[in-house]
Amino acid sequence: MSKDPREHYLAGFDRFAAQERANDPAWLRAARKDAIQRFGEAGFPTTKLEDWRYTNLAPLARTPFELAAPDPARLTRSEIERLSFPVFACSVFVFVNGRFVPELSAPRALSGGIQVGSLAAVLPRLGGLVDEHLGSLARPEGEPLVALNTAFFTDGVFVHVPAGETIEAPIHVVYLSVAQSRPTISHPRTLVVAGPGSRATVIEDFVSLGEGSALTNAVAEVVLGDGAILEHVTLQREHEDAAHLATLRVRQERDSRYRGHAISLGGSLTRNDVVALLDGTGADCELNGFYVASGAQHVDNHTTIDHARPHGTSREYYKGVLQDRAHGVFAGKIVVRPDAQKTSAQQTNKNLLLSADAEIDSKPQLEIFADDVKCSHGSTIGQIDEDALFYLRARGIELGAARALLMRAFAAEITARIGVAPLRERIDELLLARLTRAQPEAA
Amino acid sequence: MSGDVLLQIEDLHATAAGNEILKGLDLTLRAGEVHAIMGPNGSGKSTLANVLAGRPSVEVTAGKILYGGRNLVEMPPEERAREGIFLAFQYPVEIPGVTNMYFLKTALNAVRRHQGKEEFDAMDFLTLARQKMKLVEMDEKMMSRAINEGFSGGEKKRNEVLQMAILEPRLAILDETDSGLDIDALKIVSNGVNSLRSPERSMLVITHYQRLLDYIVPDRVHVLAGGRIVRSGAKELARELEAQGYAWIEGGAEAR
Repeated sequence: MSKDPREHYLAGFDRFAAQERANDPAWLRAARKDAIQRFGEAGFPTTKLEDWRYTNLAPLARTPFELAAPDPARLTRSEIERLSFPVFACSVFVFVNGRFVPELSAPRALSGGIQVGSLAAVLPRLGGLVDEHLGSLARPEGEPLVALNTAFFTDGVFVHVPAGETIEAPIHVVYLSVAQSRPTISHPRTLVVAGPGSRATVIEDFVSLGEGSALTNAVAEVVLGDGAILEHVTLQREHEDAAHLATLRVRQERDSRYRGHAISLGGSLTRNDVVALLDGTGADCELNGFYVASGAQHVDNHTTIDHARPHGTSREYYKGVLQDRAHGVFAGKIVVRPDAQKTSAQQTNKNLLLSADAEIDSKPQLEIFADDVKCSHGSTIGQIDEDALFYLRARGIELGAARALLMRAFAAEITARIGVAPLRERIDELLLARLTRAQPEAA
Repeated sequence: MSGDVLLQIEDLHATAAGNEILKGLDLTLRAGEVHAIMGPNGSGKSTLANVLAGRPSVEVTAGKILYGGRNLVEMPPEERAREGIFLAFQYPVEIPGVTNMYFLKTALNAVRRHQGKEEFDAMDFLTLARQKMKLVEMDEKMMSRAINEGFSGGEKKRNEVLQMAILEPRLAILDETDSGLDIDALKIVSNGVNSLRSPERSMLVITHYQRLLDYIVPDRVHVLAGGRIVRSGAKELARELEAQGYAWIEGGAEAR
């Protein structure tokens, strides 16, 4: 070990802050400085920490990732259309290596003071709203990955739906990572502020173009006002050489409804870290997740649902298919604080293990400090049903397709919860394509 | 019977879960013929059905199965299906999360691709399926439901015959298709099967009871006991069995 991996980022920060971020507002410069200090103190999380026991970041920490250059490939609109959801009209916002590219984007007209677009563009102008919320949920203290993102982020999507407004067309945010000759890192930053009684659908779509070592360190903050309804899909389909670290923090106020769907299909190593804070009476939170991992892929979903107020409801359904030597981790914590009486919380995690070498660590954790609550959790591990497989094959469907069909059927319980039908169908197709590839490696 | 030999089984031995179930079975079936296989429980009827369809848990240890002159033993089940072998399952499997429609379209197109025919799109398939559903008096709603999920016993068996009607096999094996059916359902299923009889299609009707053979009248009846065919005869043999039960056959098999 020649030198501490932190030094690479500390030195990089001084250059970055002086050369690229000199025009940031003062509050943001201070926040970045604080964040890099905290990262310097903590470094990358290690497996000595309970929350990181099963996910080893040491190889990533040792790699001297450089900040990805903006749009090195000169992408064209047609290349983006291939990735998008053409079956229905989304507003498409494309970020390449962490920077907004307007020429590749296709926003739709928005009414009533709704704002959707580049966070970088509004940072200097919109002080009040952004500095109130940015960094309010994803704090750098004790969160080195959030700290690193805060220090280095250049852009991401900003969505503000004012009180009572509805965004009809789903907002499709493409975070595209274009591989370069050396290992690169990007830090997309998402901020969604859903005002009281507002409604919207946001898709965060993480895609890679080209092969090469890359690391995405994404942070998203989502704030739901009283009675706001938000559907939020995070689709991770990065290249198998790419690592994906994603932090999501959600705060829900009274009677708001958040429905999240985390679909993880790619990446060499994936870590989704979600905390949803139900901070208003009657808040309703649903977290759905589906993961497919084959080869030597590693996928880790860490979730915390924190019931802080009474009459809250949470439903959590995570399912995964693990093949070859793939390793899955599910850690689902449900906290019910003393105030959160009449909470109803359910959690399930079901896994299909398709080979003897595949592994899942499934860990539910309930911390209940109120007495009048209904909480349950369950976890299962199973194999493909051989009778069902034979039934499909006996009708002429080949082994690989039959397996993919059964795996998709297993996934259907999750995808069926996606509220926007064309989106659900497109994700079903992507899943089937991914599951068709997830076949046993030749012996 | 003048058709070419479609299926030729010679001295077939097969094991399931380590037990030898078929112990030297011989059978010849010609194109267009309907043969019934009768026999007591445990005689190997279902094992025969499954070995023909290629269930991986049944292992052929000796003997030959020739289908259209080709050796069937090494052929994976999906290829057998595409070559025209169809097993109507005794216990059709419930598969939540896959609609009947998607399943049947995928299956039909797999078979058609194999035969070098053009694949059906969703509209063409729906037209075909509607027409075939009338054969078994099936409600169209069943197509959008998950495969066999929550179907009654009769609905499951009708669904099997529907699949047979859509896939148009050369060899249909009906494994106790009558089990668990009331008389009305039995008539519907039998009518469906009879409408599919043709000079190009052979059938192996496996049953414990003679009742089914009142509706699907076979050309030949074979009695299976102890893993072998112990008697063969014309359709009247079924009535004889009904009158006398299987006890004498089992005794006879021991004696041979």
